[in-house]
Amino acid sequence: MPTVSMTVNGRAVTGEVEGRTLLVQFLREQLSLTGTHVGCDTSQCGACVVHVDGESIKSCTMLAQQADGTEVTTIEGLASNGGLHPMQEAFREHHGLQCGFCTPGMVMSAVDLLNKNPNPDEGEIREWLEGNICRCTGYHNIVKAIQSAAENMRG
Amino acid sequence: MYDFNHHRPGSIDAAASALSGADDGKILAGGMTLIPTLKQRLASPSDLVDLGAIGELKGICEEGGAVVVGAMTTHAAVAKDATVKAKIPALAHLAEGIGDAQVRNCGTIGGSIANNDPAADYPAALVGLGATVRTNKREIAADDFFTGMFETALDDGEIITAVAFPVPEKAGYAKFANPASRYAIVGVMVATGPAGTRVAVTGAGPCVFRLSDAESALGSGISADAVANVSVAADGLNSDLHASSEYRANLVNVMLRRAAAAAG
Repeated sequence: MPTVSMTVNGRAVTGEVEGRTLLVQFLREQLSLTGTHVGCDTSQCGACVVHVDGESIKSCTMLAQQADGTEVTTIEGLASNGGLHPMQEAFREHHGLQCGFCTPGMVMSAVDLLNKNPNPDEGEIREWLEGNICRCTGYHNIVKAIQSAAENMRG
Repeated sequence: MYDFNHHRPGSIDAAASALSGADDGKILAGGMTLIPTLKQRLASPSDLVDLGAIGELKGICEEGGAVVVGAMTTHAAVAKDATVKAKIPALAHLAEGIGDAQVRNCGTIGGSIANNDPAADYPAALVGLGATVRTNKREIAADDFFTGMFETALDDGEIITAVAFPVPEKAGYAKFANPASRYAIVGVMVATGPAGTRVAVTGAGPCVFRLSDAESALGSGISADAVANVSVAADGLNSDLHASSEYRANLVNVMLRRAAAAAG
């Protein structure tokens, strides 16, 4: 079977995959990084968003072999030194979740937004979240959390 | 998804050999349509030839009076590129409106046009701007490239390498997006420049088409007023759960006026 190697959350990993193995399957089933969720499996809901070479992508619609040689960051890779990432902290503070299923993807997507645009307005945040679907909270607190994280991360 | 052999060649020639050596090989670009298609078992190729590791297929440059976009350049890269924004802002605007942020980070111009989805945005850009598709074998004018629903002039195993867009004097793109997918229910590109005055419509019919009545009406200047009375017949337009053909016919006029206003 083909082998893939990549850096996941700062750690070099290698594994055997089939041609059809999706990146999200590799992360969840081989690396046991189950924080990345599979929601719709049709690249619409965004629960599976991770970063590949710094860009947010839907890991249910990327083959593991397409990510060969890349640097991948999952929700497990955001916290550092035992402390939550400011985006995670903001989601907790503003209750930007209800059931929590979409949250890993929301957080990863929002971090990518702030990397590109540190000061987004509400409209830009809502537009950016086009690819992330939440069926509980109606987005209001998610948007609030991202605005708050943006403020905190700008310092 | 059925299994397949995955190839990740480092050059266009190696990709062409991998394709010709496969029983039923398919090209994998960004995968935004192909991977969902494989998951649904609507296709089951023996081999996928992934173009993701071929550096020469990525990137944007200026060449004479044209902006040349490598086939594996993502929609996000086109949307934020300084040259595209300066020379053809309507193209950057179009790329920024495709799908969602994560789709734009993976989906590529080459993959989009090779697939030729009737509701895709890029076919309107290529036909409206009078672009040329470059492949590993030849150059194909956009007018000859899109031949029907999900059909193109590409031969089996032919690989798109880049798209050259002549820099227009004016161009504007407007679309009425499906609120769920952001595919165009109707999208219209209006442009005037070295390729003449051109109007291309996507989403409305089975394949992108030019609207000659609108092109004549815009001949003496680009404005929304000039095309206020241009209409298309509903016959032959797409009709589905999102919009009837009559509704799409009306949208063509509305998007045409908006695109002309954006270009003017």
